[in-house]
Amino acid sequence: MGWAMSPTPALQAKGLHVRLGEREVVRNLTLALHPGQVTALVGPNGAGKSTLLKALAGLVPSQGELSWQGEPAHKVGRRVRAQRVAWLGQGQTLTEDFLVWDLVALGRLPHQGLWQGTRAADAQAIEHALQVTETWTLRQAKVSELSAGQRQRALLARALATGAPVLLLDEPLTNLDPAAQTQWLRWSRRLACNGVAVLAVLHEVAAALHADRVLLMRQGELVADEAADRPTLHQALEALFDNQIDVVPNGQGWAVGPKPAPNNG
Amino acid sequence: MSSGRAAWGLLLLLGVLSLLLLGLGLRVGSGWWQQPVPDFVLFEVRVPRLLAAWLSGALLGLAGAIAQGLFRNPLADPYLLGSAAGASLGLALALVWLGAGMVGSGLGAALGSTGAAWLGALGAVWLTLTLARGAQHTLRLLLAGVVVGVVLGAMVSLLGYWRPDILVVMQGFMLGSTAFAAWPAVQLMAVVLALSVALAWGYAKVLDALAAGEETAQSLGLPLPGARVVLVWTLAAATASSVAHTGLIAFVGLAAPHMVRALVGVTYRWRLPLSAIMGGVLLLAADLVARVLLAPQQLPVGVLTAVLGGGYLLWLMSRRRGLWGGP
Repeated sequence: MGWAMSPTPALQAKGLHVRLGEREVVRNLTLALHPGQVTALVGPNGAGKSTLLKALAGLVPSQGELSWQGEPAHKVGRRVRAQRVAWLGQGQTLTEDFLVWDLVALGRLPHQGLWQGTRAADAQAIEHALQVTETWTLRQAKVSELSAGQRQRALLARALATGAPVLLLDEPLTNLDPAAQTQWLRWSRRLACNGVAVLAVLHEVAAALHADRVLLMRQGELVADEAADRPTLHQALEALFDNQIDVVPNGQGWAVGPKPAPNNG
Repeated sequence: MSSGRAAWGLLLLLGVLSLLLLGLGLRVGSGWWQQPVPDFVLFEVRVPRLLAAWLSGALLGLAGAIAQGLFRNPLADPYLLGSAAGASLGLALALVWLGAGMVGSGLGAALGSTGAAWLGALGAVWLTLTLARGAQHTLRLLLAGVVVGVVLGAMVSLLGYWRPDILVVMQGFMLGSTAFAAWPAVQLMAVVLALSVALAWGYAKVLDALAAGEETAQSLGLPLPGARVVLVWTLAAATASSVAHTGLIAFVGLAAPHMVRALVGVTYRWRLPLSAIMGGVLLLAADLVARVLLAPQQLPVGVLTAVLGGGYLLWLMSRRRGLWGGP
């Protein structure tokens, strides 16, 4: 909890609860996201990670305190909210075969009126998003012509084009090969350097340990919130997955493998 | 961007095709190619019929584009919300009430039957929306549309069973035909088309965003609830106006936006007007073919579009199996 350096967090939640029907999916959750930080959210399937992300983006109703850039969520209109928080869902399917440029241009909708065309500032933001995600050369390609990795990058560019200071990404590494995953880590680092707060749900534990900070979630609750290099986090991580995995130092980072010891349980 | 150039090209092509077909249609009558016809026939029969065919097709094309965007389904159809069955029931009720002789006996009566079909279509959509508790839940809306379609369709069958005298008129309507369209129909459809295009165009960006998913559209700060209501009623009004004047015409509403999508990968600002014009061209062409194929007899144009549209769908199926989620 030694993260309260920046005066106003880009996003803050205190005692957040989310119900889906009868079920309480997120329970009494408190966290703050700070500009310039890459945070990974890790947890077993069904822990409530995706729901939490949607709640933080204001897409599902929640109880408790939620604020974006210091302003309570209930006081923020939907367009301003969209300018402040970008959300990218997992496994997104497109029902239209847009050009990559048109897909990324969707990210500018929070800044445009319904009848307004693309202005210079929009074009600039789109171009920036395409450059950062290395999809600039693909801008005239149809989305259906892209490989899975390219497609994922184009979707990321769409989220990035909003220019929002908070990026909430649900499993952005799915379908990416190891090289593309490494590229993504570099890219998220670059964004953070520009003052963006990144929160990504990651199933790739090794990749998650490249973030600045890791949140562990189980059954709707945060069970750990620590810097990625802390041994206590690694222990919590192993415990989170029933001690089936092993986090070991490896060069400048960590490697994750199956637990060698046979005698558990 | 450069998709604009392809779109302008298609717009130009469809515009030229529309004019060519209109010009050709003026020369084609109950015979294949006719000598100059009397002005009365030209201006009171052929011109309104040609324009009605184009407008009706354009309304279906637009409605289809809206439906496919709104329901995130490239095979969505303007009749999905039960409007076709509603229009049939409206007409059947009017026939039972006023007697089957009302059709073809003067302008007022014709307006009465189309008015009844129009009200029936809108009533069915209203019923669908009520059953689905609003337009916010896509699956519920589609299921409600199916239920309303089946139930109202059964009521039409029941009316036909009780009063066989209305069946002949009903059949003409169910098969789809441009033969009864007169100037008032043309005027009404033109007004509805202009309004529908304008309204839908205003929400084109919402349709674009919906392609990336409902939650994504929501996360982009778009006014989804309001947009849905406007788009659903626009879709309903456009479909109702077409159905009321030219009967049930299959596949134009499905095929027109589909062909536009296949030809140019563009956003809805282009897709909507292009789908409308494509629908106009398709129905106008089909109507011309229907008039000359069995001349001097006329084939109901709805039968022709059903056959052609079915063929188009089969062709799509064999070409892109992935369309239905298959391998």
